Amino acid sequence: MKKTTTGHRLEIFFRDVDLDTRGQLLRDRLNSLELSTVIEEVWLSELYTFEGDFSPARLQEAADLLLNPVIHDCLIDEARPLHSAELILEVGFLPGVTDNIAHSAAETLADAWGAPLEIDQGVYSSTIYYFKVAAALTVEDRRLVGRILANALIERLDWKERFRYEADQGMDCIIPRVRLGAGKKVSLVDLEISESELVALGKEGIIDHCEADGDEPCRIVRRGPLALDLPSLGAIADYFATVEKRQPTDLELEALAQTWSEHCKHTIFAAAIDDLEKGLYKTYIKGATEKIRQERGADDICVSVFVDNSGAIIFDDDYLVTDKVETHNSPSALDPFGGSITGIVGVNRDTVGFGLGAKPIINRYGFCVADPGDQEPLYRSAGGQNQALRPRRILDGIVDGVRVGGNCSGIPTTQGFLTFHPGYKGKPLVFVGTVGLIPRKTKAGRLSHEKAARPGDYIVVLGGRVGLDGIHGATFSSEALTGGSPATAVQIGDPITQKKFTDAIVKEVRQRNLYSSITDNGAGGISCSVAEMARECNGCRVDLEKVPVKYPGMAPWEIWISESQERMTLAVPPEKWSELETLLKSRGVEALVIGEFTDSGRCQVSYRGEKIMDMELEFLHNGQPAKRLLTKIRPSEENHIFLPPLTEFSLEDLFVKMFKRLNLASHAYVSTQYDFEVQGGSVLKPLVGSRQIDGFTTVVQPLPESAKGVALSQSLYPAISDLDTYAAAATAIDTAVRNLLAVGTPLSHIALLDNFCWCSSDDPERLWQLKECARSCYETAICYGTPFISGKDSMYNDFRGFDRSDQPVTISVPPTILISSIGVMPDISKVRSFAFVKPGDLLYLLGAGGAEIGGSEYLALLKEEDLATSEAQGQVPKFVPADQLPLYTRLQEWTAAGNFRSLYPLAQGGLAHAAGKGALAEGLGCELEIPASERPDLFLFNEYPGRFLVSVAPELGAEFEKEFAENSFTKLGRVRTDKEIVISQNGETSLQTTVSTLLAAYRSTFVGF
Amino acid sequence: MAQPKVLLLTGYGINCEEETAYAFQACGAQTAIVHVNDLIAAPKQLSGYQIFVVPGGFSYGDDTGSGNALANKMRHTLWPELMAFVAADHLVLGICNGFQVLVNLGLLPGDGDNSFGSRRVALIANRTARYECRWVNLLAAESDSVFLGGVSSLSLPVAHGEGRFFAPPETLAELKLRRQVALRYVDAEMQPAQGSFPANPNGSFDDIAALCAAKGRIFGLMPHPERAFRLNQMPDWPERLALEPDSDWRQPGPGRVIFENAVNYFS
Repeated sequence: MKKTTTGHRLEIFFRDVDLDTRGQLLRDRLNSLELSTVIEEVWLSELYTFEGDFSPARLQEAADLLLNPVIHDCLIDEARPLHSAELILEVGFLPGVTDNIAHSAAETLADAWGAPLEIDQGVYSSTIYYFKVAAALTVEDRRLVGRILANALIERLDWKERFRYEADQGMDCIIPRVRLGAGKKVSLVDLEISESELVALGKEGIIDHCEADGDEPCRIVRRGPLALDLPSLGAIADYFATVEKRQPTDLELEALAQTWSEHCKHTIFAAAIDDLEKGLYKTYIKGATEKIRQERGADDICVSVFVDNSGAIIFDDDYLVTDKVETHNSPSALDPFGGSITGIVGVNRDTVGFGLGAKPIINRYGFCVADPGDQEPLYRSAGGQNQALRPRRILDGIVDGVRVGGNCSGIPTTQGFLTFHPGYKGKPLVFVGTVGLIPRKTKAGRLSHEKAARPGDYIVVLGGRVGLDGIHGATFSSEALTGGSPATAVQIGDPITQKKFTDAIVKEVRQRNLYSSITDNGAGGISCSVAEMARECNGCRVDLEKVPVKYPGMAPWEIWISESQERMTLAVPPEKWSELETLLKSRGVEALVIGEFTDSGRCQVSYRGEKIMDMELEFLHNGQPAKRLLTKIRPSEENHIFLPPLTEFSLEDLFVKMFKRLNLASHAYVSTQYDFEVQGGSVLKPLVGSRQIDGFTTVVQPLPESAKGVALSQSLYPAISDLDTYAAAATAIDTAVRNLLAVGTPLSHIALLDNFCWCSSDDPERLWQLKECARSCYETAICYGTPFISGKDSMYNDFRGFDRSDQPVTISVPPTILISSIGVMPDISKVRSFAFVKPGDLLYLLGAGGAEIGGSEYLALLKEEDLATSEAQGQVPKFVPADQLPLYTRLQEWTAAGNFRSLYPLAQGGLAHAAGKGALAEGLGCELEIPASERPDLFLFNEYPGRFLVSVAPELGAEFEKEFAENSFTKLGRVRTDKEIVISQNGETSLQTTVSTLLAAYRSTFVGF
Repeated sequence: MAQPKVLLLTGYGINCEEETAYAFQACGAQTAIVHVNDLIAAPKQLSGYQIFVVPGGFSYGDDTGSGNALANKMRHTLWPELMAFVAADHLVLGICNGFQVLVNLGLLPGDGDNSFGSRRVALIANRTARYECRWVNLLAAESDSVFLGGVSSLSLPVAHGEGRFFAPPETLAELKLRRQVALRYVDAEMQPAQGSFPANPNGSFDDIAALCAAKGRIFGLMPHPERAFRLNQMPDWPERLALEPDSDWRQPGPGRVIFENAVNYFS
């Protein structure tokens, strides 16, 4: 090993390689990659690199603290013997990337040594892989292996052949310390420039510096996009010229760009659109909620909607439940793990930042990706450069991110889904949500959903430190990711840092009444959180040098807008500060005063005494010129499907194949990785029955002494969106609501959350689709009386790049509306699952259907089987929510009486999927008779909303038929004693299969994931 | 003593303290959730309790080995008080991450009856190399565990990434001889799991899920009894309701007996 004076390496590995199961599983995974050779063995080592002076005795102590003597051996500054390994790979983080293992290691050393490490000391973690191979790996092999084991955006991969390793006596000692140039200053930005220069400023950012390049004219390097258009830049230029009578600083311009961004201000939903002067959000989303609340009067369940980090409804007399669903799409495309972990811990903070601080009690997730088997490469740059991650790699990463984030935070992740569609290949959608619980009043008698910073309150930031993480989000260049420069584009969440302050706030500080207001730091960092809270008292003054930073050398504007995670901002009355500081310190939470709230009407920031931002709060928040959007009707094409004759296929074959489809197969490998039991409240779990079949609704009992439950579900229909966004929203709302009705939640205590994930949102036709979708949200929500309480939109989910033959490609997500539902059920003893539980029970289909299969899983299958043409679109179900109300009202009476044995709200896959899953859950067969008038495949597979498959005890059959006589129902058959699934028509068997055949099919798709 | 006092540790990522405290309270104990830093600041307070619990969670994010960092911290700061606590006629319980902490502290399995502090067994990464949240069946081994009095079998959930029990062969033999193996994973028919997934969810050697020491007064287990405390926490609750609509959700689940045994030890 190359000896260095500044670094030491501690390598830890299993003494008995048989225990190294990670290596064994990795070997199998890598051998599934179609390498040119076979990897015979993989051994792993965990490596800690120590930077700075450590005596040999200290290093030995560190080893004793970090390894387990029962199973591990270790080497200090010594190369691990290679035995039969021929190839070695070390994977470590690039400078500045969050390294949680190293963070914990440094803390454990500090605990033992009684003092933190010195400023010039550091600990970094990495992993070494030793490969025993049948033959040498080719360059392509290494690329394949490397893509599985690391993400070049945030990690370094160092390969060594055996001879090099031996000649060097091991891997190199690499210390990923961040080194920034010293003394970045604040500069003024001239806005009196040509229009083309203004466009460049808005699109590519402020000029950072110029690079000389030989005899060529110097190359201008910009800081990354401000995403400010010409009218916005004009308004800013105007304001500074006329009101402030000076040029803006770079920090002011960056702050305005953050505050006015689509991400923060939702400009598309806020803008006037066609004849809607108030815009989509106020007219359709908030508008629906206001109308419902008005109509409900005293029975209104909403308490705090659209004003805080989450929305809140009544749980009972003493508590509120909060809910929020976020998206984290772009970061997850670049670094799926980092993107999704940052997303889930970020939305946890939307709970802690609700009111005076709600306790996170349930996590939700939803991942939209392309077929994980799709191997066709995509490139972000021309010439085969900058390859995008493949769908499988993205899926694996986002599943991992939510696992680590959710499990480490001690929040049960009960509710979630996976959806596959080719449109998600360029950019996945990653939905993450958190439900919270908060007492309606604090011990001091304050209403806990109300808060306001007061002039004179200290501005306190707590939690993690600020680095270059997430500055300008996705705008990175590969050059920026080498040498000593940190990977700024991607962040990795640190759930334990967040867990420490979350516990402190929701379990201790809140009750002691130590702050006036609290919010979370998300997009835009403190530039947004402080400026947002400043509106509560009309002013703020910040000393930026007091903000704790991860490393020296950051420019003031970088500190102001950094999105480093795991931070909250509090408004703390000066007389409470000392008590708060002492308490937080004893909980291992760093907190610092960085300024104070004022009533000056201005946002004022200084850095080491120099004033670098001083502008009107009013302009900062409301100075953006109003936009007006125009839409254009997207013509719908008449499109009929020519269905194959029934003789051309086997119904049984298609029935089983439906259960293998990506969207309909078991995703249990994901739900069992997520701790859905922590906090001890799960009632209806993510997997149903003894055979563990995927559910779509979960119920949690938040208080162990109360029978009340929180029911959650979600729904989206991207394939219907492709054809009709109005229908997609209506169907999704109906499904999300119906799912809660089916488990015994009353319609009167259900609220909704909306997440619009759109594409090409500058295109008037896409805007028309958006408007139709929002109109549907309005009309359907009002029809059901289910208010929206929170929402989030993400408007530009398009990928522009190149394919294998270097041709430009654009892949846009299907316009996607996710509806999440939350309800409060009065009694967890009324909950039912979809499992058939007793032979002889009667099976009924409740609700009226149709035969349209546009946007259905069945149509997609027909296309894949060449039984329908690839252009076939068909019609989407003609669905009228208002027609459903009588059925839903009657159904509620029956669920409240506990009369059903099981209920399955029909969705993707239709009746066939419902019956199959109902049978699989407890391994009971069933028999169904298809009405003589129906075409069997359409009857079984159509996805008409508004329906349920229910099972009823035989003795209740007559009563059921009487009670539901006025609602449409079809008597289908019964649950069988044996394990046969038999579907017939006119007394003749149309298909017959067994529970075990179907279960094997259902579980087959994600084997090996 | 009718009502024992229970100290449940919290902080640094421990996350099951509230539901575990609730379980003890519901069985009649007094409970206090104490932050590890507060205990370190005033370690003598430990002697005012009869039951010491390290609840489940993710202390230090499982980094540097699950339970290792918290065990290091406790060894440096609380060792004399812990030794005095176990020397008295007191109980110690570690659940999941708490079990991992007790193993790393050398409180389990210990070295003979009254010697503690060396690490002799390990709980390592699951053989699936994946976090597993699922329900398992357990059979009580012949042990002296105070917590398992009257228990023959249990159905409880596990939720962990590092629960694979490992001991060198000679240690394993000694544990069996000394009746320190407390629970083993079994399949649905209550037959030995023999290492097979998912009955043995992590690949534990000899299917071992729990250990005890100090004549059964120190007990650590990977599954979570506090998550099977009431009937409505059981995975078959909705289907049970379908057949027996009048089922009372407050009825005891299989995990409750563990807390009752602990509390009743002091009655």
